This record gives sequence, C-alpha cells and structure tokens, in this order.
Amino acid sequence: MASAGRIGPVAVAETPATPQRIEPVAGVPLIFELSSEGRRGVDLSPRAAGQRRGAEIIGVELCREDLPGFPELSEPQVLRHFIRLSQLNFAQALQFYPLGSCTMKYNPVVNDELAALAGLAGLHPATPAHLAQGALELLARMEAALAEITGMDAVSLHPAAGAQGELTGLLMVRAYHRKRGQARHKVIIPDTSHGTNPASCTLAGFEVIVAKSNRRGYMEADEVRRLVSDDVAAMMVTNPNTLGIFEPEIQEIAAALHDRGAMLYLDGANMNALLGVAKPGHMGADIVQLNLHKTFSTPHGGGGPGAGPVAVKKHLEPFLPMPRLKRCAAGYEFDAERPDSIGRMRSFHNNFGMIVRAYAYILALGGDGLGMASRLAILGANYLRKRLQPHFPSATGEPSMHECVLSHDLEKRAGVSTLEIAKRLLDFGIHPPTIYFPLVVPGALMIEPTETESKEILDSFVDAMERIYDEALNDPERVKNAPQTLPVSRVDEAAAARHPILRWEKKA
Amino acid sequence: MRFMPQTERDVAAMLETIGAKHLDDLIAHVPASLRASATINLDRGRSEADVVGEISALAARNTGASGFSSFLGAGYYRHFVPAAVRAVIARAEFATSYTPYQAEASQGTTQAIFEFQTLITQLTAMEVANASMYDGASAAAEAVLMARRLMPRRPVVALSRALWPEYRATIRTYLSALEGLDLVEVPFDDATGATDLSALDRIANDRLLCMVTGYPNALGIIEPLGAIAQITHRAGALAISATAEGIALGLLRAPGELGVDIAVGEGQSFGLPLQFGGPGVGFMAARLTHLRQMPGRLVGQTRDRDGRRAFCLTLSTREQHIRRERATSNICTNHSLCALAATVYLSLMGRVGLRELAEQNVELAHQAAAVLEVAGIRRRFSGPFFNEFALKLANPLAALEAAERRQILAGVALGSDYSELSDALLVSVTEMNLGGEFSRLAAAIAEVR
Repeated sequence: MASAGRIGPVAVAETPATPQRIEPVAGVPLIFELSSEGRRGVDLSPRAAGQRRGAEIIGVELCREDLPGFPELSEPQVLRHFIRLSQLNFAQALQFYPLGSCTMKYNPVVNDELAALAGLAGLHPATPAHLAQGALELLARMEAALAEITGMDAVSLHPAAGAQGELTGLLMVRAYHRKRGQARHKVIIPDTSHGTNPASCTLAGFEVIVAKSNRRGYMEADEVRRLVSDDVAAMMVTNPNTLGIFEPEIQEIAAALHDRGAMLYLDGANMNALLGVAKPGHMGADIVQLNLHKTFSTPHGGGGPGAGPVAVKKHLEPFLPMPRLKRCAAGYEFDAERPDSIGRMRSFHNNFGMIVRAYAYILALGGDGLGMASRLAILGANYLRKRLQPHFPSATGEPSMHECVLSHDLEKRAGVSTLEIAKRLLDFGIHPPTIYFPLVVPGALMIEPTETESKEILDSFVDAMERIYDEALNDPERVKNAPQTLPVSRVDEAAAARHPILRWEKKA
Repeated sequence: MRFMPQTERDVAAMLETIGAKHLDDLIAHVPASLRASATINLDRGRSEADVVGEISALAARNTGASGFSSFLGAGYYRHFVPAAVRAVIARAEFATSYTPYQAEASQGTTQAIFEFQTLITQLTAMEVANASMYDGASAAAEAVLMARRLMPRRPVVALSRALWPEYRATIRTYLSALEGLDLVEVPFDDATGATDLSALDRIANDRLLCMVTGYPNALGIIEPLGAIAQITHRAGALAISATAEGIALGLLRAPGELGVDIAVGEGQSFGLPLQFGGPGVGFMAARLTHLRQMPGRLVGQTRDRDGRRAFCLTLSTREQHIRRERATSNICTNHSLCALAATVYLSLMGRVGLRELAEQNVELAHQAAAVLEVAGIRRRFSGPFFNEFALKLANPLAALEAAERRQILAGVALGSDYSELSDALLVSVTEMNLGGEFSRLAAAIAEVR
C-alpha cells in the first residue's frame, strides 16, 4: 500500500508585509503580497558609469513613470517563495505519474547538466556557423537518429512543441497538394484522436471529417476507403491510438489514402510504444511528429517547453520548415534557399536546449536500449491492465501497447465519478491517470506507467486502486471528498471559469 | 539500462501475471513485416560518463561561446542570469511536473503561472496575459490569428517592415492556410529607422485588420507606438506590438499606455540562457474584452471547498479539449518552465532593479555608440534606440571578419534580411558588455572602414 500522500511539508505563510488579507489565507502568499517597498533581489554592477540616466538619454517622453505593482523582495525571500511553491506540486521525480498519453518517464539529471554547458547554453543563435559547428553537428546527428528511429527520410527539428509539429506537418501537406495544383481541403481524423489534431487541422485551414473507430477500438481500412475522396488531403492517425491499441490495419489505411492521392499523417505522440517495435516510415506514414518531452525524456516543466520535430518521406522534404540544416564544405550551415519551404514556425532554429537533452538520452540508451524501453513500457501497461482487470476492466479486448484504457462501474454502483477516483488517488500520493479521454470511452481511465517505474510501484498503484474501489462501495463520501491530504481541498474550477480572476491586483 | 528498474526476475513475474512467455509476445499482434524491420541501427547504449564526454566535446567546438566579446542581439539577448533563477527551475518538483490538469496537485505551478500572468500585465500595462506562448515570433502570429477571430471580415494584415524578420516570416507561415488575407508591409523611414507613419496612414482604412509593430524594432529603434496605435484605431483596426527585448519594457512606456490592443513578445531576456535560440518563452497580453479569443493556457484564481485561495487552469472551453476543431489555438504545451524562469527573474529584479537594468542597457549602448562615433563610425538611423543600434558601414561583412580576428562578434549584418540595408550592421549592447570592449570594437571596425 502506498503511504498516505503528502507532497512534502505545507509551508507556513510568512505574514505579508502589507496586510492584504485573503480569508482564510492559502498556503503561500502571492509574491506581490510579500513585497515591501525598497527591497531588491539583485545587485546590478555599477558598470554604466556615464551617470546619465536612461530617461535623460532617450527623453522622458519615451519612458514610463513606474512599474506599478511590481514586487520588491530580497533574494532569499524570492528563493524561499518559489521553493515553497515547488513543494505544492506533484512531480515525476517524486511520485508515480501514470498519466496516459503524456509519457511521464524519468528525466535523466545529466541531460540538464549537459544542456547547461557553456558551449551550448551560452551560444547565441546568430553566431556564425563556422563558430558553432559543435552545435550544428549535434543537430545533424539528432536529425539522423530520429530518421533512423522513425524510418523516415528527412527530419526537421524546428517546431517548438508537438502541437506545433502537427501544424507544421499539416501545412506541408497543404503546400504539397497546392504545388501539384490540387485544392484538397479535408483531413480525416479518428474519433479517438488527440484534441490537438482537429485544432491543428483548423489552424492549417482544413475541414475535419471524423472517422469512426470500430467496436474493438481501432480504425478499419474500409471506413477510410469510404471517407477518402479527391477532396481529402490527409488522414491523421495516432498509432498506437489513444486506446493504447496498435492500429492493425495501418498499412492498408496508408495504401487506401495513397491510392487516392491523400497522405498519412502519423501523430507520434505515442512513439514510446514503437521504439524498435515498428517504424512509422514502414507503416506508410508520409509525416510524423515527435514529442521530445514524451518519448525522449526532456522535462515536462508544468507544461513545457517541448519540442516537436517532424520527420517526412522524400516527397515532402522540399516543404520542410526554415531554417534547414545542410552540409557544406566546412561542416554544417543553415540553408536559406528553399523556395518550396512552408517557411518559419518560430524565432530562430529550434528548441535547442531540449534537443541536447533528447540527444543525450538517445546516446545513453542506444538502439538496443530504446527498443528495450518500449518493450518494458508495454510490459508495465499490460501488467497493470491484467492486475486491475477484476475491478477496472479494459475498455477493449485488444492487446495494449504502452498504455491501457480502463473503465469502471462505480458511477452506477456507488455514484462515484471517474473524477472522484482520480482525486482520491492524489491522497495516496499518486498522480491520477488521464481521465475522460479518449472521448469514446465513458469514464475512461487512461494509464501509462512507462518503463521507468518498478514492479513495486506498479503493485502499490494496484493496491491503491483496489482500495479506492472498496471505499467507493463502503464509504463513498471519503472518495467524494478527496483530496484531503493536499495543500488545498477540491478546487472549484467552475467558479474560476465563471468569474475569471487572471491576475493579482493591488488593492486601492 | 540504468533508467529501467525491472530486474530479470521482475520481468519474469510480470510476464507470468500477464500470461506471456516472452517480452516479444506482447507485441506479437504488431504485423510481422513491421516488427522485422524495426531494429534501430544506432550505436549501443553508453555510460553516463561517455555521454558527458561526447556532448562536452561537441560543446567545446562552439568556439564562439567563450573567449569572444559579443555584440550579437537581433532578437535574442545576452543578459546576466542570477543563480537563483537556475536554482528554482532546476527543482525537479517544477521540471518534472506535467500540465496542471489536477489542480490540487499543482498549486505550485499554477500559482507561479498566475504570478507570471500578473507580471506580464504589469509590464505591458494590459489587463490580461496568458500562461506563455512558445516564443516571440509564434506569439506574434497567434496575435494576428486572434485579431482575425475578433474581426473576421477585415482582410488586410499590416506588418511593419522593421518588425523582426523571423516574426514576419512566422506570421506569414501561420496565415498561409487562411484564404482571403492580404499581408502588406509598411516601410520604415530610411533616415530614422522608424515605421513610416504616412505609409501606414495610406493603408489605414476599413479593410485593415491589424498592424504589427516591433517595440523596439528590428533596427533597434523605439517606434512611435502611440502614433501608430492612433492611426490604426482611426481605421477601426487593432494595434499589436511585438517586443523581442523584454528588458526595454522596464523603461519604455508600456504598450498598454500607448493604446496597443495586443502586446506580445519574447521573454528570453528574463533569465533564460541563449541556448542557440531556444527554448525561449513568448508572452501575450491583451484587453479584457478580448479574453475569450485569446489563445493558449490561462490560470485563474478560485477557492477550494474550504474557502481557501487556490489556482487552476481555466477558460479551457477555448482550448483543444472541448470544442476541438473550433479551438482558439492548438496549443497544448506552453513554455511553462521558461515562464517560471521569467517569473523568478522579474521577482528578483523587482520594481527598482528592472528599471535600473533597463537604464544601464540604454546608457551602455549609447556609450558604445559614442565611442564608435569618435572613431568616425556613424549610426545608420537617427531614431531613438534602446540597447541596439545599426552602424552605417561600407562593407559590414568585412567589418565582421576584422572583428572576428580580434575575438569580437561585432553584430548582425542586416543585409541578409534587408536587401536595402547592405550598408548596415546591427550592434547590441547589454550589461554583459564591459566598457573596454567598445574601443576594441571601434578599432576593429575602423580598420576596414
């Protein structure tokens, strides 16, 4: 049994310097409430010895009077404040985090150290290529590694996140068809898709056609054949799909699309199941994006930064975003002459710091280790699925890949919702799985343990789930009132949306 | 295999529970042809020491990173990062947490984002800011899309030509999928380097959707943002400002004070390393009336069941979760950890520190310009500048080479992005530049002038 959950000592609030009491005071005051006029957290070097104030140099009419509301604190106050905040978080480094589709695997500490090396962290993006060959070579090696891992022909590391990678891919699809004089304006998306897929399609100017997965949870080539037409630019498929099932007809689906001149976009968000198991390029994918923070262990950071490289087959290479790395006599440089490129998606080259981390991970595991990572991730998911089966049956009879989607009867039997189960798990010190997703499974619990969790952890999760099941039947109020061991009790999210308070304001 | 805790015995026990014999039995349902060709042909895994050795060797080959005096800017700036910033973002409790969907387990991240949102509204003098965008350029593109949602019938998007080339290019890409939009560039004044107001005036009519202006702009010039907003508003259009050098907002009049409707920018200057250009962190702030069309994540304040203050992600109906194809954006990941760095940085700087730092930057940049002037090297533009300015040179590329021979990265030649500015070199100065560097820079450039 997991010990009752605590995320560390709840901080005792310092008395705010200026009494702006919010009753009852939450665990940690806002940084603004700790502020006191005249304090500062940084000593600037007295280097600007000219003694002319900035405002006098450029003229007071260009200058603001003040920074009203900006905090004023000493360095230790600032540090203490944010360390306290850190203690209010669940984190992969502290807790089991089986968040389906998010792949919360261990983030190797050494990766952060490597990204912080002066030669990498201190490198300005406008540094002439001949003075940045180490960085450019790292990028080139990473492109090659990802091409090998995905079985694709060319890779761009440019996009800033997985969802931006999706948009990049779809814009390439659009540019490709346009170049061939075809105005294809629809994209097929399975009803199990990630929410970002339809949103990315809309951004890329496509109309979405929803394809129905079959009763067993996967996409049939027949359904694709029924939907594909000369209007269809591509189909976006996540494989394994969001039910954790490998799409058995993926090659046939690709063929059905290709027969009609449409493309297969493979959402690589679930790539952690595929390393050394099956390559998107061999499935018939024309494009795949990779979410480095999932499969390749870069920090999730409370929501990012991510990085969303795109890998494509040869016919799409000319359309890859700018800037594009190319070989030159002296090594590598960025190529500015790419007439068919969709253009830029962001400032500068890419989220280099994340790429360094992911490259370190790939080096550490190697080809064999990556293959083992996926196999162990799949092992963990199937183990949990099997052990939870008596109380939380699988939503499908198909074999699971790196995650499984489970269901339950507690809503019917005890009036306990999936959300409440999730909140109760927090009390056991476990981050809940993804819930209510995919949308096609009522009350879904989507569980992804990842390869970096031990059998003992998985067993304690099973214990916790079983106990919650019992509680729901025998003491449902305990579950409905969860969480009770966290710094805050159930947060009223509806009120937040009804009356948005999106910033702190100084009391008059 | 150090990242994977399963022993052979564990694997055997788990397989037995599942009812399988071998790990590969678990993937037997994947078509055999795919499995057969799935082997990853990369080197075998390495020890931590080997990985450190290999990547350190690559790092060491970036000779530009050390031993050089640098005047590179052009959208990314070298500022001092207090150690406390790194200490906070290195905390595993922040770095290894996920998007705060479970509010009760994410009060640290959500409160920090709430503080970030507040700081950005204060800095920009706007009413609402989101939880961060990817970077400045994509934030600018999202701002234009947001304007489009607010006024779907207006077809003309105006971009100042003195807006950062990367920002213009990114906007162009994001808009490429939308039908019926015209992108027009408003020229800059060849003498001042500021956006040409009369040119803007000529296109400011009821077809104009928005005008995007760099503040300061890509030529280093502090734009007359108030006048630009006025002209834009007269046409009923939206004024968007884009700031690549966030430190400037510590001193310059805030976009919100000057009538800007959407203020976006890059927060890299706020405590993030250069990192060869990423990750940075985009910010976006707007008027409260535009809230529902704002893209990306937002954190709101609310209460828990016991009435305590609490924070959570909010207004997610605008997001990809619910309305899916009608979402205001496809943003899923934001740049939360980078936004945290900016929050810590701005908190340390504080009300007085940020202002002083901004003033230092202005003073040092003007000192540098004066030293160059004494050496007979003139500025290309006459408009007011913050910490970056263009020099007028017969051959900027030769100047760069001459400087490099003296271990100086003198700046960015504007000719690669502006054909009309083959005579200009953009020099950036921050508090990281030492006074003595200016005369060495002047000497290097004077050598080839």
